[in-house]
Amino acid sequence: MALTLLTVALTVLPLVYLVIRATDRGWGAAESVLFRRRTLDLLLRSLELSAIVTVLCLIIGIGLAWLVTRTDVPFRRFVQVAVGLPFALPSYVAAWSWIGYRPGLAGRTGAVIVLTTITYPFVYLPAMAALRRCDPALEDTARSLGHGSWSVFRRVTLPQIRPAVAGGGLLVGLYVLSDFGAVATMRYPVLTHVIYRSYRASFDRTPAAVLGCLLAALSIIIVALESWSRRRRRSAKVGSGAVRAQPVVALGRLRWPSLLLPVGIVVISLGIPAWGMRRWFTQGTSRADGGELWEATLNTLQVGALGTLAVIVLAAPLALMSIRHPGWLSTTAERAAYAGHSLPGVVVGLSLVFFGIRFATPLYQRLPMLVMAYVVLFLSLGLGSIQSAVAQIPPNLEDVARTLGRSGFAAWRSVTLRLSAPGIGAAATLVFLTIMKELPATLFLRPTGFDTLSTRLWDNISSLSYAAAAPYAVTVVLLAAVPTALLATLGERRARR
Amino acid sequence: MRTERTIRRRWLAPLAILPLLAISAACGASDGDSGQALVLYSGRDEKLVQPLIDDFEAATGIAVDVRYGNSAEMGAQILEEGSATPAAVFYSQEVGAVGVLEEADMLAELPQDVVDRVPARFRPKDNNQWVGVTGRSRVIVYNPDLVDDVPEGVLDLTDPKYAGKVAWAPPNASFQSFVTAFRVAVGDDQARSWLEGMLANDPVAYESNNEILDAVNNGDIAIGLINHYYWARALPELGDGLKAKLVFPKGDDPGGLVNATAVAVLKGATDNPDAQALVEYLLSEEGQTHFVDETMEYPLVEGIAQPDGVPPLSSLEGLQVDLTDLESLEQTQTLLVDLGILD
Repeated sequence: MALTLLTVALTVLPLVYLVIRATDRGWGAAESVLFRRRTLDLLLRSLELSAIVTVLCLIIGIGLAWLVTRTDVPFRRFVQVAVGLPFALPSYVAAWSWIGYRPGLAGRTGAVIVLTTITYPFVYLPAMAALRRCDPALEDTARSLGHGSWSVFRRVTLPQIRPAVAGGGLLVGLYVLSDFGAVATMRYPVLTHVIYRSYRASFDRTPAAVLGCLLAALSIIIVALESWSRRRRRSAKVGSGAVRAQPVVALGRLRWPSLLLPVGIVVISLGIPAWGMRRWFTQGTSRADGGELWEATLNTLQVGALGTLAVIVLAAPLALMSIRHPGWLSTTAERAAYAGHSLPGVVVGLSLVFFGIRFATPLYQRLPMLVMAYVVLFLSLGLGSIQSAVAQIPPNLEDVARTLGRSGFAAWRSVTLRLSAPGIGAAATLVFLTIMKELPATLFLRPTGFDTLSTRLWDNISSLSYAAAAPYAVTVVLLAAVPTALLATLGERRARR
Repeated sequence: MRTERTIRRRWLAPLAILPLLAISAACGASDGDSGQALVLYSGRDEKLVQPLIDDFEAATGIAVDVRYGNSAEMGAQILEEGSATPAAVFYSQEVGAVGVLEEADMLAELPQDVVDRVPARFRPKDNNQWVGVTGRSRVIVYNPDLVDDVPEGVLDLTDPKYAGKVAWAPPNASFQSFVTAFRVAVGDDQARSWLEGMLANDPVAYESNNEILDAVNNGDIAIGLINHYYWARALPELGDGLKAKLVFPKGDDPGGLVNATAVAVLKGATDNPDAQALVEYLLSEEGQTHFVDETMEYPLVEGIAQPDGVPPLSSLEGLQVDLTDLESLEQTQTLLVDLGILD
């Protein structure tokens, strides 16, 4: 309970800050930003981009997750890891590579390509975890009742993974609303442009705050709609399900051709940025300093681990509460967490500067403050994955464990924790990867002199030392491979048939 | 049953790695905090500034902790931090970011003899709250493979022969300063008609100077409007790979505005002699020469050798605009929004 209150307090901070800043020059100034014709245009454009990318990510994410968990696609383990890796790319790095490769892509097409190729793992990772949790007995039953493969997938499998997939889709949609790197490089003006511009060119914080409020309100509406549609369904199984192998679909003649799908996606998502890195490296004469690279790697691992730990510790009880005993407190925290995800990092970062220096002075620009920032920014990532895992666990299972003599904690540990472990793993991976590439809040709140891979990458790029920047980008992707591989391979909790 | 237990253990292993990693990293890595050091917020990058700070530390024995970031965002950060800001000194890429702190009454007065070292146009009119450190000229960058008839100034660019060939960066602060200078020096109406002439020529809008230089160098676009030091900094990195060439607009062409980087001391450090020493070091011969050598920027202090390879500052003074007259940024932005150049 105290933990939930703390979480609520943290997640609503940026929103409080936005309201303070949006109104500190009076309502007139706020209204003039809000009711400009151009604001509506940009808003519609943001929503359109977000919708297109979300739909593409859902198709790619679910398709790939199914392929690597349920079929006999060749090199399955390897493919499982490889298709998760593009997530490690910061959006601006991917965007620069793409625009260097094909300048003609600038505009909506380029923005869609870049954002889709780096965000589909938001869907893929939880979908993979959810597919593993599905009870094969249900599918067998459906099949025995005469349903074909597609019909089984649509009527039995899809409803079971729906909470996970919808949560992932939500994260994609909100991330696209908040992204600046990709749309700026692709020269596609959306709402975040105006936010950054008002800081960078005119030092006027009112437009940014007003539009930030708009983004937050929008995301709260989207989340409310999503949870409303979820409430009408029940996705928990009734029994625990037998610990039993999941059926493997033999692809037959399509087995090798089916490899083209993941290979194609990885080549596009990772290959183009790899080409961009190579070009940076071969064009430039600057070189990264080995000691600095090593230190930045250690620092990145440190803040990544601390941030992930904090997010999971706060998200897990909240997820449990919002599924099992939904109330206004958990709902507020949940909505505020998602709103945080839809806000550009610069806005969340400045809100923590504002509150941090006033109310947590000894912590300001020290590691705990940075970790708090990551909680505000990425709580929703952990929340969605864990919630969908908990939603698949029947509540009465824990009661049964208790009647069989386990204590409350032991029952929780042996039932809920264990069954939701793949979801928690997916959540930890998502959060860890996202923290690694976070930039604006890290720049504001890191201890002075503390560098991570992303701050070094940014510093080298802004001094035009492209060749020195390349190793940092490559290291981020290599580091990302570790949690993705853990998630992909250790998550196979059942031997496959 | 045994399989279940092994399964559980396999799951716990990776989860257990996290806290271990966190603890071991926390013990190993430093917090970057070194007590009573002077805190500098630098809007210019580490590769450029840190060598100079190292020299300063060696020369004076004053320890400096430098926080690197983007000038405009650091300006916003200091505004949010208010009087509690840890920063003693702020070195900004542009006058705008220190100007906004001056307006918010957050800066300390610098000694008269310090600000007197630079010409009047590179320091505030009514007080001594910041001082220019180096100058950079607006330039036209072009790709010789794509341009036969090289323009001499921005006024040439409205010619139909440059249709679709010119890149500019309307959201960029230095572009907006240039338009402001245009307005102040030549008049609002002329500035508007030049912008309209440019629009009729379908310019391509980029987000930053870096991206324009990259695009011109790669041959994606023929001509761009940037600051000269972007080109100068890319020179050692790219060597012969830097195909792009520069034109310094001369005479009364408004394209040749010389803008400045600027340094200021925060109010909280008013009586801190170390902060004053750092400001003076930036204006010393060592400080000025460092920037000349690394970025070909113009030294603002009299008597320092000018950079090679670019026209001398004195030849660029056709457009006599006081930097402090560039405060009417809001009118510029209104104009740009009005013409649909800015969102």
